[in-house]
Amino acid sequence: MKFNGNTLASLKRGQKGVIQAVDPVDPQVQRLMVLGLVEGAEVEHASSAIGGDPMEFRLFGSGISLRQEHARFFQVAPVSAAGD
Amino acid sequence: MTRPVETRIPANDITVARRKDASVAVVGNPNSGKSTLFNRLTGLKQRIGNYPGVTVERHVGTLRTGDTSIELVDLPGTHSLSAHSLEERIAVDVILGRMEGTQAPDGILAVLDATNLYQGLFLVQQLVELELPTVVALTMTDAAERSGVDIDTAELGALLGVPVYPVVATTGAGLDMLRRALADIRELTPPRRVRVWSELAEAAESLAREAPEPLRFAEVERLLIDGPTDANRDTVVRLGGRAAARIDATRAALFGDEPPIAKDARIRYAWVRDVLGKVQKSAPAYASWRTRITDFLNRPVPGTIGLFVVMAVVFQAVFAWATPFMDLIDAGTAALSASVFDSLGNTAFASLIADGVVAGVGSVIIFLPQILILFVFIILLEDSGYLARAAYLMDRAMRSVGLSGQSIIPMISSFACAVPGIMATRVIPNRRDRIATILAAPFMTCSARLPVYALLIAAFVPAANVGFLNLQGLVLFGLYLFGIVMGVFTSLVMRKTTLRGPKPSFALMLPEFRRPNLQTVAIQLLGRVRVFLKRAGTVIFAVAVVIWALAYFPRSDEIPAGVDDNTAAALQLEQSYLGRAGKAIEPVFEPLGWDWRVSSAVIASFPAREVVIAVLGTVYAVGDEADEGTLSERLKSAVHPDGTPIFTLPMVIGLLIFYACCLQCAATLAIIRRETNTWRWPVFAWVYMTALGYAGALAAYQLGTA
Repeated sequence: MKFNGNTLASLKRGQKGVIQAVDPVDPQVQRLMVLGLVEGAEVEHASSAIGGDPMEFRLFGSGISLRQEHARFFQVAPVSAAGD
Repeated sequence: MTRPVETRIPANDITVARRKDASVAVVGNPNSGKSTLFNRLTGLKQRIGNYPGVTVERHVGTLRTGDTSIELVDLPGTHSLSAHSLEERIAVDVILGRMEGTQAPDGILAVLDATNLYQGLFLVQQLVELELPTVVALTMTDAAERSGVDIDTAELGALLGVPVYPVVATTGAGLDMLRRALADIRELTPPRRVRVWSELAEAAESLAREAPEPLRFAEVERLLIDGPTDANRDTVVRLGGRAAARIDATRAALFGDEPPIAKDARIRYAWVRDVLGKVQKSAPAYASWRTRITDFLNRPVPGTIGLFVVMAVVFQAVFAWATPFMDLIDAGTAALSASVFDSLGNTAFASLIADGVVAGVGSVIIFLPQILILFVFIILLEDSGYLARAAYLMDRAMRSVGLSGQSIIPMISSFACAVPGIMATRVIPNRRDRIATILAAPFMTCSARLPVYALLIAAFVPAANVGFLNLQGLVLFGLYLFGIVMGVFTSLVMRKTTLRGPKPSFALMLPEFRRPNLQTVAIQLLGRVRVFLKRAGTVIFAVAVVIWALAYFPRSDEIPAGVDDNTAAALQLEQSYLGRAGKAIEPVFEPLGWDWRVSSAVIASFPAREVVIAVLGTVYAVGDEADEGTLSERLKSAVHPDGTPIFTLPMVIGLLIFYACCLQCAATLAIIRRETNTWRWPVFAWVYMTALGYAGALAAYQLGTA
């Protein structure tokens, strides 16, 4: 199930959020979990490529990129407003 | 040009001259500074081999401290012991002692990036569970300090149960302590088990206890998480007859409906966050020049423009910077040939040395400066982390042709040589995506095509300036673009037909920019140059001699007296074996505007395309003894029997298109066979690319002369 409401895909550039829930059915999403995108992790939307996809997030100091379609499988609680 | 055949030896042939005291596997995340540390510890005492049956490189080096000698094995970077790609699977199999022909390591050197403890600890914690003697090297501590991260290494070591050594691989700080620890690794007590997930540990232990033969706890744990896959079939067998049913029942109880990998990641990362809270006094802050560059290039438009500027600068540099060095080599070869005739007289032997060996090999060596410059750029881009950024920026564009951003890295590597490029496709998890990328890679302009382009451009494109750009550089850039377009077109067609399938996946780590390490760059560059020179000294040398002989013999005794030297040489060449062969195939290539000399040079270059230069160098040297000029001058003055020039613009453009398309490279065909595990794809690629090249050259010549 893709989440409605706040997901990684809806974070603005510079905005931070904490992952609340992950739907792990897609193997691609499981791979992202192995890379550290799990419940409790704080992420910041760092950038997007042209057209807004794929997106880059900062996760404990490293950059990780994923596509919008997968970002929708991660529900987040925003912890800050959009930066700059 | 990094056709790596010569430097490779099968893993089981690697013998250690001196008694080795222990074998240590070097394991870490990709981009954790693992290779820099490995190079620093072993210096130039490295051997590159292959793992049996696969093309993943096996880097082995020796570390000597006092009278102990430790063998270090640098494994491909991995994020987890649950292998995701072929490279990760190799790393995991070696660590667990499942790799055929290699022994299980005696110990582990875990490389932990101080600026990325989060992902690093996820892997290191799994390594610690293996209960092998383990030493942790905490790398990039200088970068971590600069960004304000303060790590309590003593506490970290206590929580992991293994010693942690902070190092700075680039400066060598802390390496002495690490060397001593590695020398004594056999005496190290294996770590006590960190029970991150006690239910899993207990289930694994109870299964291992009942097995008829001893089994490592970690192997059973992997089996429970990954399920009975190919990789751990052996573990299932060793667990005994009734194990299969018990494994299923245990997995059902442990995971329920949750995908095991997901649950494993949730539990272990929760532990990692807990550890981070205890050992990391402050989280990383971004304030360095790296971050400012990263931030700027992160903006979509400057990032994409930046990518094109970088690529344009690289190709411009390859052409412009190399010229003085190439002129020098060219003059040297000409002088050497002349002095051979001066000292040996006009004999068959002198002709063999001067026209065969010196002209043939020299005409390929001349491109060494360009190849060096290209390799330096590609290695620097890779080492600084820019290639990953390119993959990210290009993902959307690649998706529209049915590939993903991950295909960009193999394609950019293919600008150096399609062989490492095709090997780099191993990071692409899906087979269809992989094959589509493999078929596109040989279209990228490799360093063997570069000499052919360079020769023809230098001879037939005026060195005029267009704005601040050089016209010759622009034409070269255009040929690179042409290769990209053809490659993309090919994969698009394949993805719409034979290789139709779901959209390619994409998940990529984007490392911060870092200053490339000079030693790492030098080691890689030296390795590639060595392979290039070795080819020039063996394959190309042999072809040059054979071609010279075919052009020199049989000697004609029917050349009328009284004609000048030049005409006599031309008559001799025409009735030589090479001349006869070239004439026999001339009708095939006549519609492309080629004479028999060009035709025979092209045919001779099918095993390795850059050989065409050596052959042209030889046939035009033999046929034109009166002319002391360079090869490009001799090409310009070459004429058909009716006196019209052979190398007209439409013919040269056709020849360039032919070389841009054709798959004239035995090494690439062999690597496609190996990576796809069938002859279908190399045969298809060869037929397809040759047909495309012929059609393109035909169209250019016929339209251009019509």
